[in-house]
Amino acid sequence: MSTTTTDTKRPAAAAPKTAAGKAADYLDQRTSVGVAVKEFARKIFPDHWSFMLGEFALYSFVVLLISGVFLALFFQPSMALVYYEGENPASMHGELMSIAFASTLDLSFEVRGGLLMRQIHHWAALVFMASIVTHMMRVFFTGAFRKPRELNWLVGMLLMILGLLAGFSGYSLPDDVLSGNGLRITDGVVKSIPIIGSYMSYFIFGGEFPGEHIIARLFTVHILLVPALILALIGLHLFLMVLHKHTQFPGGGRTDKNVVGYPLFPVYAAKMGGNFFLTFGVLALMGATMSINNVWNYGPYDPSPVGAGAQPDWYMLFLEGSLRLMPGQTEYVIAGYTLSLNVLIPAVIIPGLLFTFLFVYPFVEAKVTGDTREHHVLDRPRNVPVRTGLGVAFLTAFIILAVAGSNDLVATHFQMSLNAITWALRILFFVGPVIAFWITKRICLGLQRKDRELVLHGHESGRIVRFANGEYIEVHTPLDDQERWLRVNYDAYKPLEIAPATDARGVKRKGYKADKRWQRLSKFFFEDRVEPVTPSELAAAHSHGEHDSLGSVHEQHDALPAGASSTEQER
Amino acid sequence: MKALAARRHHRAAPVVLLLLALLVTGGVYAVLAPSPAQAETASTADIETGKKLFQANCATCHGPNAEGTAEAPSLVGVGAAAVDFQVSTGRMPMQMNGPQAMAKPPQMDEEQTAALAAYVASLGAGPAIPTDEQVDPALGDPAHGMALFRTNCSMCHNAVGAGGALSEGKWAPPLTDVSPRNIYQAMLTGPQSMPVFNDANITPEDKRDIIAFLDEQRDGSAGGISLGSLGPVSEGLWAWVVGLGLLIAGAVWIGAKSS
Repeated sequence: MSTTTTDTKRPAAAAPKTAAGKAADYLDQRTSVGVAVKEFARKIFPDHWSFMLGEFALYSFVVLLISGVFLALFFQPSMALVYYEGENPASMHGELMSIAFASTLDLSFEVRGGLLMRQIHHWAALVFMASIVTHMMRVFFTGAFRKPRELNWLVGMLLMILGLLAGFSGYSLPDDVLSGNGLRITDGVVKSIPIIGSYMSYFIFGGEFPGEHIIARLFTVHILLVPALILALIGLHLFLMVLHKHTQFPGGGRTDKNVVGYPLFPVYAAKMGGNFFLTFGVLALMGATMSINNVWNYGPYDPSPVGAGAQPDWYMLFLEGSLRLMPGQTEYVIAGYTLSLNVLIPAVIIPGLLFTFLFVYPFVEAKVTGDTREHHVLDRPRNVPVRTGLGVAFLTAFIILAVAGSNDLVATHFQMSLNAITWALRILFFVGPVIAFWITKRICLGLQRKDRELVLHGHESGRIVRFANGEYIEVHTPLDDQERWLRVNYDAYKPLEIAPATDARGVKRKGYKADKRWQRLSKFFFEDRVEPVTPSELAAAHSHGEHDSLGSVHEQHDALPAGASSTEQER
Repeated sequence: MKALAARRHHRAAPVVLLLLALLVTGGVYAVLAPSPAQAETASTADIETGKKLFQANCATCHGPNAEGTAEAPSLVGVGAAAVDFQVSTGRMPMQMNGPQAMAKPPQMDEEQTAALAAYVASLGAGPAIPTDEQVDPALGDPAHGMALFRTNCSMCHNAVGAGGALSEGKWAPPLTDVSPRNIYQAMLTGPQSMPVFNDANITPEDKRDIIAFLDEQRDGSAGGISLGSLGPVSEGLWAWVVGLGLLIAGAVWIGAKSS
């Protein structure tokens, strides 16, 4: 072999010839933007539709920004009163109203494309929150919040709360009767907070409700404060996503050390672009064909009237429901001061508990598993039965509250008694989540057992074979490697094992009680579990005792009761 | 004129003048006075037919002479408007017991309804059936109607009359398909859970304004499909079904389009 020297340096890149190339080169020589472009273009995205739910939230937010800028050009956040001069709608002509309401009517009926933009903006807000919630469900149920992504879960939680705030502040801007009712409830909720409540209310409204400032203040919150915070946190959210790399569903060849998928450029750039246009298209379609929040139906705000069917947008409905379910008798007067537990509990404490659960869950789960490894492969929801059960219980509580918030519509549309519905939901709010948890956990365990069964014995083929000695068996088709990998490759955590209460010399150990509590919680999580099939179990299941000697038949059947029972003994 | 002037001191002049004055006053009264409770003169034959219909269809609950029983109220003095409202919307005769009588296809035809109304009206004075002019939406002011509706009606019937729930299984029905005459009668007579809005409370012109406002709602919504005008709950439901439904279907499609 002759030795040759090869120049390992690549030839210098040819000078760009096209106009685009020259421009890119100009930019790159001055900013080194090529490094970032290369990093992003090569970022790998795994294929799954549920990974696009977060994108929907992002793109609806873009639609919100664009349509919101349009609306802000015409909307006037003033509570000064005017008589409405416009002819449309006829039911508003000559009415006394705030300038905020009048400019909303004006931009809906006089500005070209204004109503379309208003409707797109409002539908985009509803879809924004809905896609955030579905994205959260995907992240929760697949365990994508585990190390190293706990902080990104918190960022996402903050984004959701800011989304609620953005929706609420925007919803109140037109100063109509319906949103005014919502502000009145807010006022009541703030006032229910002990000691500081009434001061807070005066602070927020600039005096007694409704005052003359709230619309202008909400306008600043809605178009400046909240969007800026959301944008900043979206930046952080996406930065952390790129930093952590994308999670992936379990499957053959997918580990915590790799990402299997396609690069951003060109495949995912095309898919994401398509997704953006899809979101834009759906929102434009909804805005063009389905009316939303016709404020002229409700009329200009006046503190006296309340219409039947007065409800907030869907993402606030749980709060409305919580208030509707709470019995009103729990208001106490202590030494001349009123303690409104009938408002404080449903509107402050219950939402507080629900949000706290979401905030702390990743940390609680990390503690009870005792697992400090990084996780990039997602869980199948069935493989973590208690988490899945808790998630479904949470959703059940949320949905029960939302139904309670629409109890009057349930009553009219299903011809039921409002009082009966309210009582049924009061009970269901406590019982429903427990039942939902229990059923979900059982279903998960059942699916895991089914997986075990499949791995050990293969698919049923429907072929029955009779041996020479008269014995019948059903032939099972073994799983292929991909199918098997999916079903055996998961962690079945055991309850925490803790150090004993006393050390070797019989001295009480510090922190034992806390450890004991964590252990109890860990038992709740992992007492009932189905272990994945181990290689030795698999080998045992594939051996069929005396039938191994039957040669050719062995190739065709992989399962026998004898094999299965030997597996049980090994455990 | 001379002959007339010559006779002005005639003995009979005061009597003739008095008679003339009475005639003019009576005539003016007959022309200008508000129509009495029974506007259309019901013939005795109508009342007779109405009585037979009443005894066959209504007397079981309301009593043989409409004096009321433990099950149903007395109808003496409810007027023709109440009967016309209840019978022409099919609420009476009642189909079944429940929290409140439900509207259904009317059991009586127009003639029978008129006869029943005439009979009940003959039992005691009460509100009459409104004239076509009183309920003509074209003559009303929808903006004033909306202001009245917002303060008097929307807390039960929803902001644009899409209906709403009351306690214990009762409900305020949607007003979207109710005829102007029936809307007027309902305000005037306060059927079932509804309070009476008499003419001192909401004048006949105000009632017509309310009808004009409700009529304006039937032209549909400026922004597209009205989604039942039920407010944020139905909007939220459709945001999930149509919005998220289409987006997820699209995501599955885009996700499945493998490179």
